[in-house]
Amino acid sequence: MRLRTLFVALTAALLSAGALTSPARAQIEVDVNRGDIQPLPVAVPGFRGERGAEIAQVITSNLERSGLFRPIDPAAFIERDLDIRYQPRFADWKTINAQGLVNGEVTVDATGRLTVNFRLWDVFAEQQLLGMQFTSTSENWRRVAHKISDAVYERLTGEKGYFDTRVVFVAESGGRIDRIKRLAIMDQDGANPSYLTDGSYIVMTPRFSSTSQEITYMALRPEGSSIYLFNLETGRRESLGSFNGMVFAPRFSHDGGKVAFSVERGGNTDVHVMDLRSRSSSRLTSDPSIDTSPSFSPDGSQITFNSDRGGSPQLYVMNADGSGARRISFGSGRYMTPVWSPTGEFIAFTKQAGGQFHIGVMRPDGSGERLLTTSYLDEGPTWAPNGRVLMFSRETPGGASRLWTVDVTGRIVRPAPYPQSGSDPAWSPLLN
Amino acid sequence: MTTITLTKRAAQFAVIALAAASVTACASRPKPDTMPPTPPAPPPATQPSTPPPPVSQGPLPGTQQDFVINVGDRVYFDFDSYSVRSDAAPVLEAQAAWLNRYPSVMIRLEGNADERGTREYNLALGARRANAVRDFLVSRGVSSSRITTVSYGKERPIDPGTSEDAYQRNRNAHTAITSGAR
Repeated sequence: MRLRTLFVALTAALLSAGALTSPARAQIEVDVNRGDIQPLPVAVPGFRGERGAEIAQVITSNLERSGLFRPIDPAAFIERDLDIRYQPRFADWKTINAQGLVNGEVTVDATGRLTVNFRLWDVFAEQQLLGMQFTSTSENWRRVAHKISDAVYERLTGEKGYFDTRVVFVAESGGRIDRIKRLAIMDQDGANPSYLTDGSYIVMTPRFSSTSQEITYMALRPEGSSIYLFNLETGRRESLGSFNGMVFAPRFSHDGGKVAFSVERGGNTDVHVMDLRSRSSSRLTSDPSIDTSPSFSPDGSQITFNSDRGGSPQLYVMNADGSGARRISFGSGRYMTPVWSPTGEFIAFTKQAGGQFHIGVMRPDGSGERLLTTSYLDEGPTWAPNGRVLMFSRETPGGASRLWTVDVTGRIVRPAPYPQSGSDPAWSPLLN
Repeated sequence: MTTITLTKRAAQFAVIALAAASVTACASRPKPDTMPPTPPAPPPATQPSTPPPPVSQGPLPGTQQDFVINVGDRVYFDFDSYSVRSDAAPVLEAQAAWLNRYPSVMIRLEGNADERGTREYNLALGARRANAVRDFLVSRGVSSSRITTVSYGKERPIDPGTSEDAYQRNRNAHTAITSGAR
């Protein structure tokens, strides 16, 4: 599959310079770090013009799904003739307690070029917080809606958004003993799903590069396993090579220059790393235990991994050259699949304890462990590029695997917007 | 090994042998595999004038079916363990003897894990199980050049259930004949 070439341009970020140069005057904001946060009531009326209603609907769904915003039912709206050239009638929006208001207008020119202007208003301060214009080809209207969602999210939370992103995952079908697994990709809101492999062999653990539209994944056939690199823009797919043993658990370094992975030989599994430019690889661990699930720190200086060298699977951190390995998980239970957050602040993990599975986070020194989810089987967290939300696989006893999301506070746990069976999600970076 | 001989007529025998693993399974552990019920003896022919039906002869020696039925192609492991259990050793002894009898047979050892672990850790665990069986067979004289190993982790359960019995069945190493059988 080739990624459509996209031309989403931010052409006029400062339609209202006055509002943007004095952001401190804004009354509304969302404190994403408070555990007891009330979602902010927002109104997103349908934009004027072609696709305007659908664009507003995509923005509404994105904001709602984040758990930080509570979109107001459009049936309650009083002002119905909004025009982005004029201020809204703030009193009408105060009446329904909309604290944020997003309105916009879509025009399509003779060549099919789509232009979307929008405004974000602080209703109670009677102030414009954002005024922007995006242009794109008309078939890219969903991406424009995601860009607007990201802009609104960032303006109101102070953190980068994560809506203009995609998720690569394993689409599952068939029964539990003859499950078919296909590599698949979709927008983060579940739109535009498509398959990348045909299901004739098992695929698992796809991972996105955090710098490009490239993924790495494992393919498993009776003859053995392979790790592939797959560039989604060019369609180029290549094997990492032959390693005289099973290879699995690939993951890019954050700069995209390396892949860390596991090689199993004679029953012993170690962590290796390959420099993608020189194609030279080296072994980083040599313990006779299972050493797997490596994940780089954002600065590339360290690697967290999973090892049972202490008798049960636990989390470790070592220097990127393999030296200085130290255990960081000390709670009761089995800890697996550590994944360093894009901000460097946390390591997410899968924990198995007391017959249940959890997705949790801890700091890279092992302190501050927090369990975010509990179920029969949760596993394999992946971070949204802003480090605010995690997606993971959840399986009910005897049921199909589904994709779920949880925010880093653990307050907002919900199914991801993909209605079929899926596992092993991996979040892309923000698209360009 | 239990052998049941059904005498139908003086000159004809049907021999059905059950897998040794089922019979010698340690009682304190969940039963690793569902034992097929002992087939009842066919009723005596009531119409002597009717020609007797064809009689099952059991699998031919040296075939894949012979290996699966008369030797046993799967051994089971404890949770997060790759030690060859006491109930697995006789099965692997029989596998080694059979493989030594049919030296052109090539095998693939497939390690499997239950679903109570992560995908990646269980791949490594399945590989340990496949290699534990490989080491056992090699120690009994089977050439390592006849053996390949693979781990399916938790991707290929044989029991879809979620009971401890189902998990137990899914923690196994499967000996698959890839070529050379009759």
